[in-house]
Amino acid sequence: MNPIVDNIRTMAKELLEKGEVEAVIGFRQGSLPLSTEPTMATTPEEANSLTWDANCRLNLAAYLTKERGKVAVVAKGCDSRNIVGHIVENRIKREDVVIIGVPCTGMIDAGKAATMAQAEILDAVENDETIILTTAAGETRAAKTDLLRQNCSLCTHRNPVISDMMAGEPVPEQADIDRYADIREIESKPSDEKWAFFDEAFSACTRCYACKNACPLCYCPTCFVDESRPQWVGKGTDPVDVRTYHMLRAVHCAGRCTECGACESACPMGIPVRLLTRKMEKTVGERWGLEAGLSTETRPAQDTFRLDDPEEFIM
Amino acid sequence: MSSFEPKIVTFLCNWCSYGAADLAGVSRFQYPPNMRVIRVPCSGRISPKMILAALRKGADGVWISGCHPGDCHYIEGNYYARRKFTLLKEMLEFNGIEPGRLHFSWISSAEGVKFAEVANKVVDEVRQLGPAKVFIKESPEESAA
Repeated sequence: MNPIVDNIRTMAKELLEKGEVEAVIGFRQGSLPLSTEPTMATTPEEANSLTWDANCRLNLAAYLTKERGKVAVVAKGCDSRNIVGHIVENRIKREDVVIIGVPCTGMIDAGKAATMAQAEILDAVENDETIILTTAAGETRAAKTDLLRQNCSLCTHRNPVISDMMAGEPVPEQADIDRYADIREIESKPSDEKWAFFDEAFSACTRCYACKNACPLCYCPTCFVDESRPQWVGKGTDPVDVRTYHMLRAVHCAGRCTECGACESACPMGIPVRLLTRKMEKTVGERWGLEAGLSTETRPAQDTFRLDDPEEFIM
Repeated sequence: MSSFEPKIVTFLCNWCSYGAADLAGVSRFQYPPNMRVIRVPCSGRISPKMILAALRKGADGVWISGCHPGDCHYIEGNYYARRKFTLLKEMLEFNGIEPGRLHFSWISSAEGVKFAEVANKVVDEVRQLGPAKVFIKESPEESAA
């Protein structure tokens, strides 16, 4: 078994036995191959169900709220940055959360695995950097790096930036990553082609809001999509409403998004929502040199300013 | 297309740019009548969703004007606004809204001349782009009906 799983369980049991936390938020095995589900272990016995593999796509920072009392949470690199964000935004107190950090080599994209197996996957076994997919027709072996989600293959913060205990040895950070090749390609298109590109890309959106429910940043008591006086955006799947929703959500999350990819992994329709959040991440980095969630001393980009912020577009 | 007159939703901050519009008026400076002015307390009050609402309802262009940096009545509202506008402008252009439809300016209440100049420039640029074709949920004619 993966030593990280053992470490997580041992740490969780100890925390629960000593009564240091009310609960440990982690992952347990899902009911289907290549899936996990979030779980909240409140007793040492329940801690035995905690697990860790390459399918922990959700971001557990989304479950942290003030009302929970003191909890422990399992966090990979991106999740830890969202926990930093929660602390900065005064959503939780640092002393109210115990962070079990997990160095992460990336989560796999279940869609990519399905495409590679070319049939229904009945079982999946992770063996170091190889994933063995079993279908009715036989076994397919795939390198984990070939199945990674895009945000994981572009990741530059695999190790947690903040933690109280670590469930594994630090992993080397990826260097020389070109995070924005696809964004630049879209930017170079003329306006009408950009519009058509996104019309096609978002055409399947059913407005189920899985993306915003999975997102640790989307915690507004009333989301703008639910406001009715005035109603800023319609409820249906009208293309203009769909576009309004995705654009505004990305703008709201700009400077706070850590590219954890929970939104895209949660999407049942395969909408590339991260194109918009990554465009915002690129803007925040290029214009103001900021990266979200690296330090509790830095405010989110839209909550601060510099006197000499570039403003060449303002007359 | 020569008869096309663009409709431009204009957000003016109460303390500077709205005063500039007033000054341009009493000074009899000429500028085109294509603007529909919305007076806001501060450019920092303008949410991205207001700008999107204007476009969704069929505005051909949006122009936002506030106090010069350092002159904000609320000390720092326009600095936050500048960051919000940067992000929204990048987002809209990335999505295929033509760059010439969205304009920003800093105009103090003493700059009636600048107000008229910028107004002319904004209207010219939007007129050249022609009527808005994308991102319209409800045309102005429908909302009037």
